[in-house]
Amino acid sequence: MAERSSRRLAAAPAADDVSADAARIEISGLTKRFLTPRGEPFTAIRDVTFTVEPGQFCAIVGPTGCGKSTTLGQVSGLERPSAGTVKVGGREVQGITRGVSFMFQADALFPWKTVLGNVMIGPTLTGTPRKDAIALARDWLRRVGLAGFEDRYPHQLSGGMRKRVAMAAALINQPKILLMDEPFGALDVQTKAIMQTELLGLWEQLRPSVLFITHDLDEAVALADRVFIMTSSPGSIKHSFDIDLPRPRGEVQEIRHEPRFLELQNQIWASLKDEVERAYAQTAGAA
Amino acid sequence: MSSTIANPASSAGAVETESDIQLAARRARRRRTALVWLGRLLVPVIIIGGWQWFTSAGIVDKFFFGQPTGVCHALVDLFTKGTAFGSIWLNLWITIKEALYGFLLGTGAGIVFGLLLGQNRFLAEVFGPYIKIANSIPRIILGSIFVVAFGLGTFPKVLLAAVLVFFIVFFNAFQGVREVDQNLVANVKVLGASPLQVARHVTIPSALTWIIASLHTAFGFAIIGALVAEVLGAQHGIGLIIVQAQGQFDMDTVFAAMLIMAVVTLVAESFLALLEKRVLSWRPPSRSEAQAI
Repeated sequence: MAERSSRRLAAAPAADDVSADAARIEISGLTKRFLTPRGEPFTAIRDVTFTVEPGQFCAIVGPTGCGKSTTLGQVSGLERPSAGTVKVGGREVQGITRGVSFMFQADALFPWKTVLGNVMIGPTLTGTPRKDAIALARDWLRRVGLAGFEDRYPHQLSGGMRKRVAMAAALINQPKILLMDEPFGALDVQTKAIMQTELLGLWEQLRPSVLFITHDLDEAVALADRVFIMTSSPGSIKHSFDIDLPRPRGEVQEIRHEPRFLELQNQIWASLKDEVERAYAQTAGAA
Repeated sequence: MSSTIANPASSAGAVETESDIQLAARRARRRRTALVWLGRLLVPVIIIGGWQWFTSAGIVDKFFFGQPTGVCHALVDLFTKGTAFGSIWLNLWITIKEALYGFLLGTGAGIVFGLLLGQNRFLAEVFGPYIKIANSIPRIILGSIFVVAFGLGTFPKVLLAAVLVFFIVFFNAFQGVREVDQNLVANVKVLGASPLQVARHVTIPSALTWIIASLHTAFGFAIIGALVAEVLGAQHGIGLIIVQAQGQFDMDTVFAAMLIMAVVTLVAESFLALLEKRVLSWRPPSRSEAQAI
């Protein structure tokens, strides 16, 4: 624990690390059922199987309500699977998975803590001395371009700045796995592109395994090494696509115009389109 | 507000300058402030003056309803001549002490139980119905039991004040815990927080907004609890002075005692407001607050 929270600069890719395998996520036969308020079982995801290699950036794209977020919940250990297994680093997930960070669509910041206090929470929880935690948090705020905003409160920041704080807070513990649940979903288009570029930059420094949920196909293709398409409810993996765009990818806005990007985007859309239409028909029928 | 900033120069076709606009805005603001203060002064003048006039004209009997000048005399008497139970300061101090202890006890218990039951669904479901029942009891009657059981000393007063305070703070703390952002809880849990750390970093600060808001009402109830328990049986205290004056049909003294307690509550209120400002300094200034100033 102390080693993780120590102040090493993780510029070196994690590939040469002995613990690199610890960042592999293996999901097999994962099924999750919920009990609806009426007492009927509802299958959110069925028989989901896929693997995220250490240091890989994977995106899950699917229609609304297909159980993308549920899948993330199982990996973090916040929820228990109804059937199937989730293994992180070869070990089955029991309770909270260690070395994981979460980023939500709603920025889960403490409104009563300053920006510095918000970023500090990660090292504080792992028992880092206060002085080191402050130094580390300052360093991370500098990295996300928020030096000088340490004493502000979240409500005094813009949406993009709050996202940066959330990103620093998620990365400060140098997680081996980063779970992101539509983190940029609520941002305007320009801010979104800037944040995506920054995320890629930070990811290339730290190289955690990323499981990135989005409904934005462009975002998935621009960021990920591999894109999984989920079927409409109950969700399962329909296809997976390898994104062979070269890295580092640089500006996200520029990639969008490259021929290879458009080609991949078209292929994946063909697969996703049916599911989106089916999900729409389902919800329209229900309403 | 902005609609009142009409510049007469613009209607005349002249170009309005920046300083003109500022001047007009300042004038409009000053006029509004003056109006508000005039209104504020008018309210007591009408009420107190009306009361004085009605009683001295004989339309209302001052024997039953007192008279403002009589209340002033009673106040002066209370502070200069003292009471049958010692000086007014001694009595006032005893009542304040009772209310304060009751307030602290009730608040402490309310926060502890509110946080416990708010976080633990099982406990909440077990105790829920009984708390509802306890809440529907007219608790002020408990004062009779406390006075009989624990005598005429300070303790029964503290207890009654605490019981009244407890339920207000408890329900607010409970609701506060329930309103905690679940994303935040999930976030710190993933980062490896123990249940104690979740409480320290998320639940308690989040519930604090609700708890602090309840303290204003709670202190008023602490005063009521102490006074009522004193009326039911005491050797010292403002409540005793009130019940004594009532027995002698001395309404002026009853009003005077009421005024004294109102001042005490106002002072306590301002301390609570200070506390609120300190503890909740992170909150964005709300619209209503800005307008109230």
